[in-house]
Amino acid sequence: MSTPPTLTINVEFGGGLELLFANQRKYQLSIPVLIPPDTTATPPSGSAPPPILSKPADITFLIRYLKENHLKERPELFVEGETVRPGILVLVNDTDWELEGEGDYALKEGDEIVFISTLHGG
Amino acid sequence: MDKGDKLPLEDYKRYGRQMILEGFGLSGQLKLQKASVVVVGAGGLGCPALQYLAAAGVGRLGIIDHDVVETSNLQRQILHNEQTVGMHKTESAAQAVRKINSRIKVDVITEPLSSLNATRVLQDYDIILDCTDNTPTRYLLSDTAVALGKPLVSGAAQRFHGQLCVYNLGPDGLCLRCLFPRPPTQTGTCEETGILGAVTGVIGNLQALEAIKIITGLHEKEPSMLIFSALGSPPFRSIKLGSKKPTCPACGKEGKKIGEIHEFDYVQFCGGPAPDWETQGLTDSEPGFRISVKELHNRLEGGDRLNVIDVRPRTEFGICQLPGSINVPLGELTANPSTYLPEDDKIETFIVCRLGNDSQIAAETLRSLDKDSPGTNKRTIKDVIGGLRAWSKDVDENFPVY
Repeated sequence: MSTPPTLTINVEFGGGLELLFANQRKYQLSIPVLIPPDTTATPPSGSAPPPILSKPADITFLIRYLKENHLKERPELFVEGETVRPGILVLVNDTDWELEGEGDYALKEGDEIVFISTLHGG
Repeated sequence: MDKGDKLPLEDYKRYGRQMILEGFGLSGQLKLQKASVVVVGAGGLGCPALQYLAAAGVGRLGIIDHDVVETSNLQRQILHNEQTVGMHKTESAAQAVRKINSRIKVDVITEPLSSLNATRVLQDYDIILDCTDNTPTRYLLSDTAVALGKPLVSGAAQRFHGQLCVYNLGPDGLCLRCLFPRPPTQTGTCEETGILGAVTGVIGNLQALEAIKIITGLHEKEPSMLIFSALGSPPFRSIKLGSKKPTCPACGKEGKKIGEIHEFDYVQFCGGPAPDWETQGLTDSEPGFRISVKELHNRLEGGDRLNVIDVRPRTEFGICQLPGSINVPLGELTANPSTYLPEDDKIETFIVCRLGNDSQIAAETLRSLDKDSPGTNKRTIKDVIGGLRAWSKDVDENFPVY
């Protein structure tokens, strides 16, 4: 089987969220173009029987992917269920993800996805 | 503008540099003179905001805060100074503001802002500046701004980061609840996480700027949020936001669902009162598992071989540390606890941190290793009550408190 096609996206963390990701603010990630339609499935691995890839990778997938591959500590400060915890803004190319379909936004080559923790200090 | 409107003669010289700006003019200055702005919080954000609003000639400024000036404020709260430590922040800030501009009216409001008085206290002003340091007050201010139909210029800063957003501006302007219907998890204060003074300065100045733009009619009214990170390149990022959400429980078209402001428990809504870590760190909940600083001092003097682990972050360990202690940040210790217990199980382990909370977590993690391996001798693993704060208080007054 040939390697499934991938797309390259840029991910950035801000507002202190980078502390959960080994204090690295910027990541360039190569993620699959298509993922299994079952949203609870883990990303495809080598040994399992190849799942049917029919759904475009979306931000919900990206959140899970980041949690499983790059998150270093205190996952409860990043995720809650299938989405980000309250108080985290998600930006798709500098636009609030609410205007882009939130978790259902299908990732595109070169997208910049930013996760920013809201601050309350003063 | 009335045809006869003009400024006192000396103001033409005083404000001339801004009055000659395209789109500002005499009318801009007159608008500022007639305007009133209330600044909630006279701290890291409020001080620079007040400074620029006063200098620009905003006619009336309200200053709300119930804290007094502390030495640890001076690094960023630039209207306060060594002479005003111990004074109410409102008085200290008012004093500074009057020195900048003696002709503006300054209201000093030292009563704590709550859901019971917010509407009354804020209703007299045209614009509200949120320069506070806690989530419950931020939601209270947002709901009150919606109820009173006033723009809310909200600033926040922590560590090297800052954020700026104008809520409830114009008929379509979103509010805090549109953006964050559920409050964020509490993540620590400036005392716990740190803050660079110039960062609060950047955001506080921008808050003053937004207020001046709104008053003079120069504001674009496009919903956006500005994100600042001092170490980022580029340091500023502007985010496009949506309009008011129809389903918003505070400002939505479907009507208000949060009930009356004075009946709403903002503290509970935001996860309850913020913990007092210093008191908690001193509370001896599990006798036998903890050691006092005095006792630890005696043990260190006694010359036995001890394993003293300091679980603070490396940067804090670098500021000050107990002699002979080793630094293992909490995250590293809990990730790989067995590495940090001495081979010889007779050597006692003592764990210390800043206030005596993280050390309890670390000690419990190490003790659970022993529980899981019943064959070995029980080691002595204790944490230090009250941490280094207690050490400076009860053992060595020359040990730095930060």
